[in-house]
Amino acid sequence: MTKKHKAIALISGGLDSLLAVRVLQEQGIEVEGINFYTGFCVEGHTHAIRNSDKDKQKRNNALWAAEQLGIKLHIVDVIEEYKDVLLNPKHGYGANMNPCLDCKIFMVSKAVEWVKEHHKDGFDFIITGEVIGQRPMSQRKETMPIVAGESGADDILLRPLCAKNLPETKPELEGWVDREKLYDFHGRNRKPQMALAKQFGFTDYASPAGGCCFLTDKNYSDKLVDLWEGRGSREYEMDDIMLLKVGRHLRPKPEFKMIIARDAGESKYLEGYRKQFVTIQVVSHNGPLSMIDGKIQAEDYELAAGIVARYGQGRDAEEVKVEVSVPGEEVQTINIKPLAIEQVLEEWHV
Amino acid sequence: MSHFELDARRMLCPMPVIKTQNKVKELSDGDILAVVCTDPGALSDIPAWARINGHTVLGHEENEDELTITVRVGG
Ligand code: SF4
Repeated sequence: MTKKHKAIALISGGLDSLLAVRVLQEQGIEVEGINFYTGFCVEGHTHAIRNSDKDKQKRNNALWAAEQLGIKLHIVDVIEEYKDVLLNPKHGYGANMNPCLDCKIFMVSKAVEWVKEHHKDGFDFIITGEVIGQRPMSQRKETMPIVAGESGADDILLRPLCAKNLPETKPELEGWVDREKLYDFHGRNRKPQMALAKQFGFTDYASPAGGCCFLTDKNYSDKLVDLWEGRGSREYEMDDIMLLKVGRHLRPKPEFKMIIARDAGESKYLEGYRKQFVTIQVVSHNGPLSMIDGKIQAEDYELAAGIVARYGQGRDAEEVKVEVSVPGEEVQTINIKPLAIEQVLEEWHV
Repeated sequence: MSHFELDARRMLCPMPVIKTQNKVKELSDGDILAVVCTDPGALSDIPAWARINGHTVLGHEENEDELTITVRVGG
């Protein structure tokens, strides 16, 4: 009896990885999926927090893709290890803080580890939905061998959607996979993928515009860089990553930033941080909760309180009552006139 | 068969799924795991994860802001 060779597929939840898996399934290859959670992945976080987004569909695209394909999916928390990828990308960043090429190399290298661990269960190779020329930074003709080489995958990395444009890999050379039935997609044109999706009966698949994570987003990247500059260090924790997605961010002084909730859902989310951070809230009128990241001096409480008051219902009042709560200290109450709109400077907005 | 509880409060998806997946790896078929979470997204993600990986969601309970999803390990 010939040995069955199985593949592990990098699943992002997008169409390309969906197709790559199905192409191999058509050849009778058993595939399982692996998905890496860096903390920056575009998932339902903000939906979970913001009121206005509550009705939006909340599905995890990687799980959805796996279910469509009828494959198992292993989700791996790589938050800690990913820090080094983001902070020290050998190949640099894309248009924003996205280190796409290093990210791909890292993920494929994690898949190589997985294959080694699960070799006894029949796993011999890795597939991805990469397409030559699809993405300007990480999916180019020149980057294909870089990903294969630097990840340590070498010839066990197969890209079913563009394999015919690449040198033969081990699964093809050994006859585990029929190269003739693989594809030669290239470039940014998505029509061939869409046609193939139709042929396989996939509809309703996710098609993120920028990329698979928040690091491709300019706004998010700006906030991340501001956070690092404000702290004078590029350290970050999971809470930091989440908080960058919540509220409006203003930095009235270099040493502290204010996160001001935009709705009740965000206020509630920030509530959870009361024990760790200084929080400021208008109590005489309805208004958002605000959290201070960084070091605020007592002499700046009034400034911060005036700003928070600007975003509450008492914005036009002569005076509002504001509570400043510092963890481990008694709550202080300040009476203050909310700042006028022109007093909240444009350059404070992160 | 034993009962277990997993605290996934304040975690945002997909963390509750990852924690559930990792906990289930330590359990045996037939064990029951109650996952307590606050992200409503878990209500679609944990059942999807269970269907894919051959586990059974026995049900869920919502009270106030908390959500408890009960999973039986294996079919
Ligand atoms: S978009 Fe984000 S997750 Fe996707 S390859 Fe780039 S850095 Fe990695």
